[in-house]
Amino acid sequence: MEFFDILVSILGSAVRLSIPLLFTALAGLFSERAGIFDIGLEGKMLASAFASACVAYVTGNAWLGLLAGIAVSIAFSLVHGFASITNRGNQIVSGVALNFVAAGLTIVLGQAWFGQGGRTPQVPGEGRFAPIILPGADAMRDVPFIGPLYANVISGNNILTYIAFLMVPLSWWVLYRTRFGLRLRAVGENPGAVDTAGISVPWMRYRSVILAGFLCGFAGTYLAVAQSAAFINNMSAGKGYIALAALIFAKWRPVPVMFACLLFGFLDALANFMQGKVVPGIGEVPVQIFQALPYVLTCILLAGFIGIARPPKAGGVPYTKER
Amino acid sequence: MKKTLLSLFALAAMSASALAAEVKPALVYGTGGKFDKSFNEAAYAGAEKFKAETGTDYRDFEPTSDTQGEQAIRNFASRGFNPVVAVSFAWTSAMEKVAAEFPDTKFVIVDSVVDLPNVRSVVYKEEEGSYLVGLLAGMASKSGKFGFVGGMDIPLIRKFACGYVQGVKAAKADAQIFQNMVGTTGAAWNDPVRAGELTKNQIDQGADVIYAAAGASGLGVLQTAADNGKFSIGVDSNQNHLHPGKVLTSMVKRVDLAVYNAYKDTQGDKFTPGIQALGIKEDGVSAAIDDNNKSLITAEMQAAVEKAKADIIAGTVKVHDYMSDNSCPN
Repeated sequence: MEFFDILVSILGSAVRLSIPLLFTALAGLFSERAGIFDIGLEGKMLASAFASACVAYVTGNAWLGLLAGIAVSIAFSLVHGFASITNRGNQIVSGVALNFVAAGLTIVLGQAWFGQGGRTPQVPGEGRFAPIILPGADAMRDVPFIGPLYANVISGNNILTYIAFLMVPLSWWVLYRTRFGLRLRAVGENPGAVDTAGISVPWMRYRSVILAGFLCGFAGTYLAVAQSAAFINNMSAGKGYIALAALIFAKWRPVPVMFACLLFGFLDALANFMQGKVVPGIGEVPVQIFQALPYVLTCILLAGFIGIARPPKAGGVPYTKER
Repeated sequence: MKKTLLSLFALAAMSASALAAEVKPALVYGTGGKFDKSFNEAAYAGAEKFKAETGTDYRDFEPTSDTQGEQAIRNFASRGFNPVVAVSFAWTSAMEKVAAEFPDTKFVIVDSVVDLPNVRSVVYKEEEGSYLVGLLAGMASKSGKFGFVGGMDIPLIRKFACGYVQGVKAAKADAQIFQNMVGTTGAAWNDPVRAGELTKNQIDQGADVIYAAAGASGLGVLQTAADNGKFSIGVDSNQNHLHPGKVLTSMVKRVDLAVYNAYKDTQGDKFTPGIQALGIKEDGVSAAIDDNNKSLITAEMQAAVEKAKADIIAGTVKVHDYMSDNSCPN
């Protein structure tokens, strides 16, 4: 197999693997930029994957599945918001609790409804997001270099993939070019100032966690009814945490978030490809090296070797209005 | 105080010996979960069959982590369950400990060997079954390239791979076979997303028949292969029905027989400890052919499988067992 074909195959795989990370990291971006740390991304992804798989299986409609995924994810977000905004609880504790709730609840409900050990039945073909062949993909295939890239990497993904990439400029625009975005960022840096300006800090923060829930709903749906065709116990498999790492790696900015997610997806795809392959001069490289790289890179970044990752100043601090 | 304790012990001992006579079956699954449509589900089917035939109910437990197995086995044994069947190699050391503690209880372990006088170890000649499906794959492939996706990277799964490679090469000597493992921990049995991605990788490299030996992760392999119009091969249970016409065949491992026989033998007081190695000859492994894949299997392929079966039983074809020397001949 030609080197270039291998590269195209790995890139295609990298895109597919990075989509759930991208949605989740953007979700974290909105939440954390408003000063609400969100360890519960993993749980929200899992819960929405379960909801979307259930609804897509029952109705046979992928879009209804997506709606259900988003609804459940937002519900989880609101619980997180209620605990950490209204009641000023510890955001980390609330997030971790939601992760456990999601992991347990999905299995219990799945077992009760479908009796398959927490798994949902296979979603039928029309209940899934099918790959979209972009116009001209087949005609372009024979054009050197650009053709295979277009046909195998850019074309042939499902609609959620394109939505994910559209979300990146959209998030940037919302955060940096709208009044809402300015206030959202301000609430994460200096909520006191926002309050002085007569804007409700809790309402701003609630809106940000709802946005986070909205985006996480896409991530879960992608896992359950686009990438695979059923919900499986704990299928998020730590992706929420990798997304958090990507968010920190990108220093809480939307466009770098995309590149960080693509990089982590690429490392994952490379790990899959390198398995059992012998590298000349080195021998067989253990795949664990590639799988650990996202975390290692994030640690190196946090240690201050690649610039400084500065989290939003008011992150994790419940806002108390002075009386 | 001492006296009460002693009499309690005596009572416990008496009740244990009284219970040993009747059948109170228990079943501990592997970490893949009861309904993995594969290995564990086969065990479940065996227990259900026993229940349907005899009306004797059984208790089962699905450990979700590697540490729960020992607890579950000990729990069943101490509550007087007999026999206690544990499926999965993961419970080997747990079984060694617990079986020694309860010498009057009969234990069965599937997929591993525990050398104790009250333990029956059921192992399968997976290499033989994998050889058969490899042979079918070799005859069905157009590209001459093949995939294998294993679950956890352990010698047992390499045994599947090795038998498969030998079968494929028996049909196509110049075949190219890509081998991937989903992971190195118990989570590898439950990660269909990664398994699907590995499958896509192999398809991109030209593979057109992919054999999944990965528990519930294998569902991702079958799905991806079906999505891309390639053949897959199921494992442990008959998985042909999951994607009719897309699953070439399944390497069926009769785990149900192991469970059923364990219960039945205990009931009839015919329980024998020791190793049972089930291969093609004992009907412990086979390549599934049913209505769902009949159209994919030509008469020629069918004949080749029958011949291979006869040859293996007669000993003229020897399929190398990876676990005998931890290597696979190329």
